Amino acid sequence: MPEPLESQDSALIHARALTKRYAGFTAVDHIDFDVAQGESFGFLGPNGAGKTTTMRMIACVSPVTEGTLTVLGLDPARDGSRIRAQLGVVPQRDTLDEELTTRENLIIYGRYFGLPRSESARRADELLDFAQLSERGNDQVEPLSGGMKRRLTIARSLINDPRLLLLDEPTTGLDPQARHLVWDRLYRLKQRGVTLVLTTHYMDEAEQLCDRLVVMDKAKIVAEGSPRDLIERYSTREVTELRFREGVQETLDGQLDGIGERIERLPDRILVYAEDGDAAAAAIHARGLQPETVLVRRSSLEDVFLRLTGRSLIE
Amino acid sequence: MTAISQPAGSAPAGPAPAALAWFSGIARVFEYRLLSYRRTFRSSIFNSFVGPALFLAAMGVGLGTYVDQSATAELGGVSYLAFLAPGLLAATAMQTASFEATFPIMGGLVWNRVYHAMYATPLRPRDIALGNLAWIGFRVLLVSSVFVLVTALFGAAASPLIVLAIPVGLLTGLAFAGPIAAFSATQRTVEKFNAVFRFGITPLFLFSGTFFPIESLPAFLQPIAWLTPLYHGVALSRGLSLGTAAEEPLLMLAHAAILVAFAAAGAAAAVRTISARLVRG
Repeated sequence: MPEPLESQDSALIHARALTKRYAGFTAVDHIDFDVAQGESFGFLGPNGAGKTTTMRMIACVSPVTEGTLTVLGLDPARDGSRIRAQLGVVPQRDTLDEELTTRENLIIYGRYFGLPRSESARRADELLDFAQLSERGNDQVEPLSGGMKRRLTIARSLINDPRLLLLDEPTTGLDPQARHLVWDRLYRLKQRGVTLVLTTHYMDEAEQLCDRLVVMDKAKIVAEGSPRDLIERYSTREVTELRFREGVQETLDGQLDGIGERIERLPDRILVYAEDGDAAAAAIHARGLQPETVLVRRSSLEDVFLRLTGRSLIE
Repeated sequence: MTAISQPAGSAPAGPAPAALAWFSGIARVFEYRLLSYRRTFRSSIFNSFVGPALFLAAMGVGLGTYVDQSATAELGGVSYLAFLAPGLLAATAMQTASFEATFPIMGGLVWNRVYHAMYATPLRPRDIALGNLAWIGFRVLLVSSVFVLVTALFGAAASPLIVLAIPVGLLTGLAFAGPIAAFSATQRTVEKFNAVFRFGITPLFLFSGTFFPIESLPAFLQPIAWLTPLYHGVALSRGLSLGTAAEEPLLMLAHAAILVAFAAAGAAAAVRTISARLVRG
């Protein structure tokens, strides 16, 4: 589709020194970022990094303490209601009325946006189809599976044809199969040019869905780029994971020195960062070391996060 | 063709939507409450409509037969049923409003969090607070209307002014709904709701002049009755139903003014605490 040429305020979200403080602690600490039209932008970080608080400020439901934030060119403090009219929001916890039917949930939500009843009903049917819930349209929400409720929540967030879709941990708590169904739907939206902003602590989710992301840790942004950029910048091409028999890892003192570019010791395994993981594995065996398992894999955002913070994403 | 083939996110950056008119947000919240009420309507019929009628029959007609043999002078020379009905109307308005201002408010803020979902739309916290109060007002209006109808059918309406007891019921309900909703929005569990009913609503129900004139209370308790909204609702409703309101118009206006003050202050407080809870997340 043709993209209109846009001038300086082409960013859908523009944040500078954005800060949120609660009594006694700082949840978001002077972060800068921009999100452009049509982009899929992610906040990756562990629980408590400030991702949800940032999303709530963007969604105009939590006031900014300090710094600049514009959303769709408007000021959340002054135009919150008008901004929210153009957003779709998928909150971390479902906020469905479980005693209503799936269809009623969608229709009433459209009414909050001021859609005429017939238009809201028409969109509800299309969105039920999109969410693969058409057959459950007249069923109560309560007995639906977690994955179905998530898809319903995503469908609900699209009822006003939003310019910007905000998803806070869209697949947390879902089993792998349900997650893939949700990802598939989000991927379709992305291909249609929907601007997505999501938070996640799953690196695979970030890799699948985000064109560009920022890594957050302890209320700050510690890195920014595309998933590939970040991996190239902060990690090697491959990683060799070594697991030793209990007690052996602690006795390895210096015996791995010189293999690969960098070594990371986790409580249960050792990660050897190298351009060529198989070569690293061969070198380890050549030194007479006998790990119980050796796994060579490509670097992921998990490795980026480990490098940047010294900690795992999921603890 | 479809809402999503004209994809979200690619919508042209046209003019931002106009600001929400003050009443339309309230109307949308009201519509949600109406939709969810349709599901529980049948089970609420008994509590709201049949219950008061039975109460009126048992107390007003049954008990009233004995009362009327000795005590009509203290009741202003009317039958006990005629005395009781307008008082019970106000007390029932209080009960309905109090219930609606506790559990449903907590439900939307804490249990299913649907008020947080509303806040993700153009609706503002004040729309959510006032929309709920508007709904409670509507429920109380229905209950009061049925009550007046039943009273008339029992032949206990002494004056046509009893029709005005309907808005008095509304006012009494709102005088409770606002402050109680404001309190409910500060709670995370229902624990303290029991205390509200046990130590607040039930004693008021019994001792605010509903069943006997407050002049029968110990002297030190009588000024306390003046501080509670229910007493004013009962006095006003009774004055209208018995037709004595015209004799003391200033007193009646004072009762109404106090109810309006409770309702207005309560609504303001409810807007404040519901907003605070929504913003906190």
